[in-house]
Amino acid sequence: MDKQQAKKYWQANLRYLVVLLSIWFLVSYVCGILLVDQLNGIQLGGFKLGFWFAQQGAIYVFVLLIFVYVWLMNKLDHKYGQDA
Amino acid sequence: MDIKIWTYILVGLTFALYIGIAIWSRAGSTKEFYVAGGGVSPLANGLATAADWMSAASFISMAGIISFAGYDGSVYLMGWTGGYVLLALLLAPYLRKFGKFTVPDFIGDRYYSNVARTVAVICALFVSFTYVAGQMRGVGVVFSRFLEVEVELGVVIGMIIVFFYAVLGGMKGITYTQVAQYCVLIFAFMVPAIFISIQMTGHVLPQLGFGGSGADGVPLLERLDGLHEELGFAAYTNGSKSMIDVFCITAALMVGTAGLPHVIVRFFTVPKVKDARKSAGYALLFIAILYTAAPAVAVFARTNLIETVSQKEYTSMPAWVSNWEKTGLLAWEDKNGDGKVQYLSGSALMPGQKKPEFTGDTTALGNRVVANMNPDAPNELFVDRDIMVLANPEIAKLPDWVIALVAAGGLAAALSTAAGLLLVISTSVAHDFFKKQVKPDISEKGELIAARVAAAVAVIIAGYFGIDPPDYVAAVVALAFGLAAASFFPAIVLGIFSKRMNKEGAIAGMIIGLGLTIFYILKFKFGLIGSSSKADLWFGISPEGFGFVGMLVNFAVALLISRFTPPPPLEVQELVEEIRLPSGAGEAHNH
Repeated sequence: MDKQQAKKYWQANLRYLVVLLSIWFLVSYVCGILLVDQLNGIQLGGFKLGFWFAQQGAIYVFVLLIFVYVWLMNKLDHKYGQDA
Repeated sequence: MDIKIWTYILVGLTFALYIGIAIWSRAGSTKEFYVAGGGVSPLANGLATAADWMSAASFISMAGIISFAGYDGSVYLMGWTGGYVLLALLLAPYLRKFGKFTVPDFIGDRYYSNVARTVAVICALFVSFTYVAGQMRGVGVVFSRFLEVEVELGVVIGMIIVFFYAVLGGMKGITYTQVAQYCVLIFAFMVPAIFISIQMTGHVLPQLGFGGSGADGVPLLERLDGLHEELGFAAYTNGSKSMIDVFCITAALMVGTAGLPHVIVRFFTVPKVKDARKSAGYALLFIAILYTAAPAVAVFARTNLIETVSQKEYTSMPAWVSNWEKTGLLAWEDKNGDGKVQYLSGSALMPGQKKPEFTGDTTALGNRVVANMNPDAPNELFVDRDIMVLANPEIAKLPDWVIALVAAGGLAAALSTAAGLLLVISTSVAHDFFKKQVKPDISEKGELIAARVAAAVAVIIAGYFGIDPPDYVAAVVALAFGLAAASFFPAIVLGIFSKRMNKEGAIAGMIIGLGLTIFYILKFKFGLIGSSSKADLWFGISPEGFGFVGMLVNFAVALLISRFTPPPPLEVQELVEEIRLPSGAGEAHNH
């Protein structure tokens, strides 16, 4: 792979990271901590929503994020012939 | 059959399984000792990583801490799982491509410096030792409760078992025993959780029972908030820590997780970069099963505890109360003389006292007399947080075999983590220190012997700390996380994502980040430097969360210094470009 291709591959990777880590920050630090009081005003079944994010929701999203990353990177690797 | 016989049977069977696997997969070459010959599947590696990561702290202590802290306990849940996202996205794939055995190897090569390598070895050893001592203690506590032996004997038995499969088996033995240990520990955690969830809410899954309602139709969390209010505690779903403190502690635990050497090294054991990414996903999935059930267990246990003891006659208490009184982890004094248990907000003990001291006498009601109870505090009951998970099945009146199963699970959790950490200690000494610095021409056999001797010495030192722990084990564990966050994480991330980062920047960052964090912990946790009063905390951040600040300072210092010093040599810049591309990582692991 030439330098130009390698650079494009790396930049696509960085774009994925920015998007995924923004979601990571949103579900834990924003929904579970910074906005917890506001979200606690909303009821989700037997949970207050902010409390649910902090003790359940954030963890579910974390698991999904890694598997989405694996899927995206496998596709990217394939496109650039990096899956050998 | 009683609890004791069930415990002997279940613990005996699981131990036989672990030792059997270790003997079956005895390591041959050094490479197999360290990283299982590069031939572990992502699924098996995910299971092993989960067992490695979930220690006695996750299994025994965490649900108990959350049970008492309510919303504030979220820092552990988010912190210890969110770190995996960082690990999977920012570290694991690149370190796997780099293809060496250890974290100090990466730091040493990337920063073309033996000083950097030595700093990394010292950090790895310190983090691992503080951790492993806590695990040995966990083994001892479980043995002492269920087998009715002294804590000291429990620790010694644990030392012998760990020695067998960590030292003789090496990493390969550990990978497969850890797969078995994950199965044992998750089964042991989930069975009582499911039983109690059905009992209290009718939901099979504890994650749903958590938000479910009891027979009266009131949501469980609302009922618990009500009970807390009645007894003067802060509402369970609100907590009492400040927002900035919750933020910083969560961040320090997350970054600390990503920087822990014994977890990072696991990603060297899979064949390809692709597999490293996938196995981080599996690991978090398996961890999440326990981590989403733990807060539910915390709520069940808390509600059950309050409803069982509050305002009830002491003489009509179930047997578990006096059983745990015998261990000294639960104590009661009838301060107002009404014969009933008053469980209210605030410590029952004299100010500054952490555990009850018994005089050796018992009262007419049958409870043990406590010397250091505070007669002016309205609360009459002392409950140690660490007993909640172990006592929970007893409180909920589950069958004896379930209670014994929890003991086997606690041991699996403690042993798997201890073995993984011992391996990091032995490789750090044998490989990073001996081979790379003291005697580069050492034979493969010699290196293997050095690694085994180092592991044996580490077992003995860890056992000593398990029998005779330093005053604050919990404080030392917090220290381990803060240090991992403030030292390793920025150096590794910058090493991958900034081609311009050089040795001057990285070393200065590690030393200043680490030094500042150690200073803060010594000052505010141990009170060794000047005032340690809460009012003097910087921005109200507690020592547990300061690793996050240390990490930010590390990043800032490293970036600043590297701009004023020469860029790294050309071959290092090429190395960075190389590890960013996943193909070609297979070659290094062809035996």
